[in-house]
Amino acid sequence: MNANTMTIAQARDALRAREISAVDLTMSCLTAIDASDALNAFVHRTPEIALDQARAADARLAAGDAPGLCGIPLGIKDVFCTKGVASQAGSNILRGFKPEYESTVTTKLFADGAVMLGKLNMDEFAMGSSNESSCYGPAVNPWKVDEVLRTPGGSSGGSAAAVAADLCLGATGTDTGGSIRQPAAFTGITGIKPTYGRVSRWGVIAYASSLDQAGPMTKTVRDAAIMLRSMSGHDPMDSTSADLAVPDFEAALTGDIRGQKIGIPREYRIDGIPAEIAKLWSDGADMLRGAGAQIVDISLPHAKYALPTYYVIAPAEASSNLARYDGVRYGHRASLAAGDGITEMYEKTRASGFGPEVQRRIMVGTYVLSAGFYDAYYNRARRVRALIKRDFELAFADGIDTILAPATPSSAFGLGEMGASDPVEMYLNDVFTVTLNLAGLPGVAVPVGLDKKGLPMGLQLIGQPWAEGALLNHAYALERAAGFVSKPHKWW
Amino acid sequence: MSIDIDTARKVAKLARIRVEEPDLPKLAEQLSGILGFMEQLNEVDVTGVEPMVSVTPMRLKRRADVVTDGDIQAQILKNAPDAREGFFAVPKVVE
Repeated sequence: MNANTMTIAQARDALRAREISAVDLTMSCLTAIDASDALNAFVHRTPEIALDQARAADARLAAGDAPGLCGIPLGIKDVFCTKGVASQAGSNILRGFKPEYESTVTTKLFADGAVMLGKLNMDEFAMGSSNESSCYGPAVNPWKVDEVLRTPGGSSGGSAAAVAADLCLGATGTDTGGSIRQPAAFTGITGIKPTYGRVSRWGVIAYASSLDQAGPMTKTVRDAAIMLRSMSGHDPMDSTSADLAVPDFEAALTGDIRGQKIGIPREYRIDGIPAEIAKLWSDGADMLRGAGAQIVDISLPHAKYALPTYYVIAPAEASSNLARYDGVRYGHRASLAAGDGITEMYEKTRASGFGPEVQRRIMVGTYVLSAGFYDAYYNRARRVRALIKRDFELAFADGIDTILAPATPSSAFGLGEMGASDPVEMYLNDVFTVTLNLAGLPGVAVPVGLDKKGLPMGLQLIGQPWAEGALLNHAYALERAAGFVSKPHKWW
Repeated sequence: MSIDIDTARKVAKLARIRVEEPDLPKLAEQLSGILGFMEQLNEVDVTGVEPMVSVTPMRLKRRADVVTDGDIQAQILKNAPDAREGFFAVPKVVE
């Protein structure tokens, strides 16, 4: 077995037992990355940093000081600021930007001994569901069952492709409307979006600040628990980060879910959902019932308004967050004509630096926040958001522990197939994931089966706020019952 | 709400994104489509519902109002497209 195919838990145990060195493990991943150009997952490679960190990890392991991630090679989504290493959030407007500081998440991972292999492809500013809005071109799904090249999903498409293809043992992702869970489902891996406030946003290039949350993307639920513990915790640099103790999420993985009440939201039975996804969902409910859980029908009456609510609030926040890209302080500045003033500099820089989807969302956000429309769009969306959150609160107050839902309305689609003529078509991909972001709740995507084409499909479990341990335990029970072990065949 | 070409031009101006005249009709059409998608929100009865301010009820942390960092001019200017004599440089703003 090549070391790069290990799970984090397997590698941790092998490293601690000194059966393998962190340097050898890292070399195994670097070799796999070197042979992965066709996937376009790693867009900035950092082998020197990786080997330095691996040597330091080996020294810690030799000294008996080995935190959970000591010597574990990870990929880092391009949205995280990493000191001295390109951090562009998939955008040309940040071309050449090398942060002078390190994000809190990567600081925590490195303090626990993790090794950074490089930066991972993503949709520009995390706006997209297919990785096709990236300035680096799309990442490609390692799952290939015919001549079609498919999307690994988005926005964390590079992270999903890299983990599924064993280029790294785990990766960081961020999730604003589904950007961890949808790509995890499309590539047959696990991804968790924690409760809003669990993981610091400091040094994560902002898209929509009230929705953005970072989380791990891994090969197993156990690995997600290990990585999430390292990433979590209060940070004075992020005023919305929660000052709560971080539990040992891995210790919560007992697999015992007897007597737990799992809700099935009837509003998620939407028209046009493929029969295979509907069957996967009922199979998943049967699996959890078989593990001793009680399956209960529930209602989330405002769930159907989650997508339009999201596509008001997220662009509104984006239009404000992305105002900082003005060609003055960092990144790209357009070349100017004689006589151009500062307004022309702003307008030309932003027109040439932002891609079309980012421009659209900035302009939608500008419109819904503009005088005369603020109440009709933005305030109305914030009111509906409060109702969406209340639906979940009522379900949990009724004794529901977690909620089971599909992760995506389809398996991975072909690159170039979606949204070319109508941007809204692409937005519909987030229909099952976006509600959680609006309610601030944790959600995890777990691979459960293959469709008839041979592509992976995932289900999503939604947890109570701050109950990531219980949520991951439910995911662990589902993972064990589903027994999903398929891997993409290597064609790249 | 349908966005006409004049509104599209105005929104682009407010967003400080240059959109050339021939591209405005397509932009207006796309923005109209997206805003049309949002019209569903008008079906919801939001009477008496306060707009959400914070998804997690929390009082933001306070800290002493003191300087906690600084003297990092070189770091701040490091990534600037044009920095001169310790300042960000931009095209002439005042005549």
